[in-house]
Amino acid sequence: MTAELPPGLALQKVDERIMTLNVGPQHPGSGHMRIVVQIDGDYIVACDPDPGYVHRGEEKMAEYRNYILNIPHLERPVIHDSCNVLYPYVLGVEELLGIEVPERAKYVRVIASELNRCIYIMYWLAIYGIFLGHSTMFMWPAGDREFLIDLMEKMTGARVTHAHFVPGGVRNDLPPNFEDVCLRQVNYFEKRIKEYAAVFYDNPILISRTKDTGVLSRQDAIRLGTTGSVLRASGVDYDLRKKEPYDVYDELDFQVPVMKEGDSYARSRIPWLDMMESCRIIREALQKMPKSGSVRVKLKPNPKGGNDTVYKRVESGRGSLGCYIVSDGKPEPYRVKLSVPSFRNLIALPYLLKGEKLGNMPSVYWSLNYWPVEADR
Amino acid sequence: MSSNSEKPTPPAAAKPAAKSPPKKPEEKPIELPAFEKGLADKIVEQFGEKVEVAFVKEDRVRINVSKENVHDVAEFIRDGLNYDHVESVSGVDYPQDKEIEVVYHIGSYTDSSLARQILVLATRSQREEDPIPGNDATKLPSLRDIFYSVEFHEREVFEMLGVYFEGHPDNRRLLLPEDWADLPPLRKDFAIKGR
Repeated sequence: MTAELPPGLALQKVDERIMTLNVGPQHPGSGHMRIVVQIDGDYIVACDPDPGYVHRGEEKMAEYRNYILNIPHLERPVIHDSCNVLYPYVLGVEELLGIEVPERAKYVRVIASELNRCIYIMYWLAIYGIFLGHSTMFMWPAGDREFLIDLMEKMTGARVTHAHFVPGGVRNDLPPNFEDVCLRQVNYFEKRIKEYAAVFYDNPILISRTKDTGVLSRQDAIRLGTTGSVLRASGVDYDLRKKEPYDVYDELDFQVPVMKEGDSYARSRIPWLDMMESCRIIREALQKMPKSGSVRVKLKPNPKGGNDTVYKRVESGRGSLGCYIVSDGKPEPYRVKLSVPSFRNLIALPYLLKGEKLGNMPSVYWSLNYWPVEADR
Repeated sequence: MSSNSEKPTPPAAAKPAAKSPPKKPEEKPIELPAFEKGLADKIVEQFGEKVEVAFVKEDRVRINVSKENVHDVAEFIRDGLNYDHVESVSGVDYPQDKEIEVVYHIGSYTDSSLARQILVLATRSQREEDPIPGNDATKLPSLRDIFYSVEFHEREVFEMLGVYFEGHPDNRRLLLPEDWADLPPLRKDFAIKGR
């Protein structure tokens, strides 16, 4: 019987001792994703993530719109990190069309990208806090995030979905007096996030819940192809801003936080350290940025790429984000593929959860810096 | 006098210069980035005619392989060239060629000289007009036993383009609903309403 069934529909025999639990897709503990966990008593023996609940076919939609019209919908996978999710696409289109970006636009992009990284991480941190039962850690990041959202609103006109990056630069120049406001807000923001150590990261209850849970060894992190904070928490020093600098990252001075433990605690601490480096980058970029000049190259209407393929990647708030564009000489791309960090990190979940207690599931799952909407695209 | 005698010479010198621009496209292959060229040469040295180097750009090398050889080439890329993970597996549908292309973007974390590099490994599979995903000729060997990280990516290509990966341990749907009965949605003949 099972041999005749098409692949994917084969039935599976299970032990009666084992109970199968569906977590999600509408359960708040899993985000918009279903996790099928099999438990023996209180211990997870197998876990099968089932993404796709919020699959919207972004890649298919991109084949029907021209290079410019693709901008607003390709940032939808992660609206909190919309500049970074659009970044590789914009870099790819620039390479296809052979556009040189003005120096000032590069700095504006870096600032916008770092502000977005912080906004995303704060949102993630709020969720991580509330699922560990730490409601202060929900309120603080959700509130402090607003400082940076206000900045992005001043810069782009929108609170979350900015659509600010365009091939050839950024959509608008910075508003007058932005540098001073930005510097003030970022300095205050940095002071605030340092206070999180006392209430959250040095909190013995948090440490007891996250230390030594879901340990991912360095070797496995590489083998599974994980990226971003998951990879760096396992001791691999890999950040595309250093390794393959795009725009002006090679002119800026910053550190890449790396930890060796590979447990949930390390994975949750790395993004927080990232935010401090982001503040450093923003301050330096504001200083080095040319004070005036063009921020956007004017493109021909309906630009066409040649018969070419391009693969560009950037470091987003969750890790390396790649965009593969196939062009066949028409105004629309032939194929756009987003290689998203959430999807790449998801493969680690079954390995991390195996043998854990069910109660530790949220702390392991959310420490993956996973964003279900991005993984589904 | 001397200025007069010099005047005729610049046009004479300019003429050969004017002829030279058409030659420039031929000279371009010489300017190939050396490190990337070395990587491509190593693969060609090992496999000869079986592989085709599609392009060598800065930080990107693309290799086209037939589906019979893709497994061997991938094994050499891992063991001989120190690449260790796959970042992305993309399927591209070419209905006019009756083929579906599967592109692996392979990177390395362990070898710091390869940190910037992405090796693009592309292979093609036969495409059928009326696909029965999993039970028709649209098949490729799975690279999951070489690069563990392709597991979910290959599942995605299977459901989105109907390319069955032989040797993959878990060929189930991933993003699409279990009862999806239409064409694989990323094929070109699956049309979006109103477009």
